[in-house]
Amino acid sequence: MTATVTTPRTRRVRVPGKRAVLPWLFLAPGLLLALVFKFVPMGKGVWLSFFEVRPFLGDQWVGLDNYTRVLTDHRFQDAVGHTLLLGIGQSLGAIVVGFVLALLLEGQARSLKVIRAAVFLPVVTATAVVGELWRLMYYPTSDGLVNSALGFLGLGPTPFLDNPDTALWATMVMGIWMVAPYNMVIILAGLAGVDRTLYEASAMDGVSLRQRLRYVTLPAIRPAIGIVLTLAAIRGLRVFTEVYVLTGGGPAGSTEVWMTRAYTLGFTRNDIGGASAASVVLLAVTLLLTVTVNYFRKRGDVR
Amino acid sequence: MSAPALDPVRTPSDQVSARPSKRSGTSARTTPARFDTALGWHDRPGVSWALRILLCAIALGIFAAPFLTILSGALSTHPSGSSLSFLPHDSTLLNFRVAGERGIWDYFTNSLVIAGGGLLLQLTVCVLAAYALARHKFRGQAIIMTLFMLTMMLPEEVIAIPLSLVLGHVPVVGVDLKGTVWGVILPLGAWGFSVMLLTEFMKDIPDEIEEAARLDGVGELRMLWQVILPLCKPALGVAGVLGFIMIWDQYLLPLIAAKDPTDYTVTVALSILRTDPEVGSGVVLAGAVIALVPSLVVYLLLQRSLVTGIAAGATKG
Repeated sequence: MTATVTTPRTRRVRVPGKRAVLPWLFLAPGLLLALVFKFVPMGKGVWLSFFEVRPFLGDQWVGLDNYTRVLTDHRFQDAVGHTLLLGIGQSLGAIVVGFVLALLLEGQARSLKVIRAAVFLPVVTATAVVGELWRLMYYPTSDGLVNSALGFLGLGPTPFLDNPDTALWATMVMGIWMVAPYNMVIILAGLAGVDRTLYEASAMDGVSLRQRLRYVTLPAIRPAIGIVLTLAAIRGLRVFTEVYVLTGGGPAGSTEVWMTRAYTLGFTRNDIGGASAASVVLLAVTLLLTVTVNYFRKRGDVR
Repeated sequence: MSAPALDPVRTPSDQVSARPSKRSGTSARTTPARFDTALGWHDRPGVSWALRILLCAIALGIFAAPFLTILSGALSTHPSGSSLSFLPHDSTLLNFRVAGERGIWDYFTNSLVIAGGGLLLQLTVCVLAAYALARHKFRGQAIIMTLFMLTMMLPEEVIAIPLSLVLGHVPVVGVDLKGTVWGVILPLGAWGFSVMLLTEFMKDIPDEIEEAARLDGVGELRMLWQVILPLCKPALGVAGVLGFIMIWDQYLLPLIAAKDPTDYTVTVALSILRTDPEVGSGVVLAGAVIALVPSLVVYLLLQRSLVTGIAAGATKG
């Protein structure tokens, strides 16, 4: 392999023969792993979604039955609402909180750097650890951490995760907590690109702080925010681990999202066909949305 | 929002403190410190300064203090652990001992093997692929790039059910990977994000360097190992730290790749401790501390790479 390149040909050329094989040798491990562990499962999932999967009896073709069953199932329909609410609420909340954090912690001082590093901790922590932490912080009696903070403000103890009315919101708050510092870093990078003389000039012109944020700061970070927000919302549609470790979909299905429902269907009720159909629907929706977003983004770049 | 009522722009006469603005790029001109930030924070004692300290304290309380409660809870003898505080009641290592008896160190070893092996495989695979994509021209290049990008659209959650079938019986070779670390490591090998990041970086290496090396008769593998890779160190740092965090965060994959609970990683095993009626939340928190430490170490060591990586990923996306 290495012997072939000792010819004094200096440009990377498209010559048929051994040179043309080379890139494929480098690509082979990656392509093989992607094929076996990503694309084959995807194909298999699409295939199985048309069958009633019966171990030892042989699979039976059922056409679109799995899809109609999943799409008409009221628990899946409830899950759509929860998934959308969680995905959109979490992404929006994380952007807003991330923006506030960035404005607060912008600067070169050493103390600010230390604070930023500390605030960033939730991002590097594994979701399962975050889930255990928040489970205890949401402890329903008045000596739970969040409840004692609320008690300090004069609010009564809330059984956050045990109450169907609050569990989804509690999950959303945890999600925002995990992602906001990540957005903070992205927004800080955008803020660093703002020309400092513009701040000075706006001060000379006597514009208010709000106008300064609106006309000088926001335009500089808008490109970054727009794309982060859309992609995060799309990614939010396939949320699983946060919900699974924090509430497991409960209480009474009030935090059931699309993927936890599909997981229950596939692994605890052994309905492989139905679970595959649910996954294919999710995959199709996220793919479609991502392609659309990227299309508009490219068009926006050209203009 | 917390946009405070600090409107410094109306008094432009008090700009006495001037220091060089480090970030104004090309110009070496000096601007007052408070034009350094969007909100115009003052960096000397005053109302704005005090307000900022207060808000910073609140931010720290919300985002960082909960980690202290994990630690103090894990060190407390308090059996129920329902009341978390920032300082342990009576420090003790009992919780860690109990967690150890429940096999937490075995889970931890599983995690370390998976994280180490997975990261090594992932970096190798992604570097090789990126080298081909960035430094060679071949037919179908755009399609291959799209394929790698597509892998990012196929996270374990979406393909969990068929993936668990594939892990039980890998096509063509017919091996059963379930219950082995390979069941977790191999699916993490081809990571589209890492491939793209490294490809972008390698593309920026000037052709002249490569041509000079080729004239010296350097072969392909040596070219990659001795010429290209040393120039990619920043990108490798980013891919390494993000890859580690991504692997350590895996939850569903170790869950479906396990044959029985002894195959779990430490993050998945936390739920075993939690549902164990004989141990209290102090032991769960001890487990959480153990699961937290490696991410903390990696983060503190490679913090700079991580931050640049996230910022770059956002703009290049």
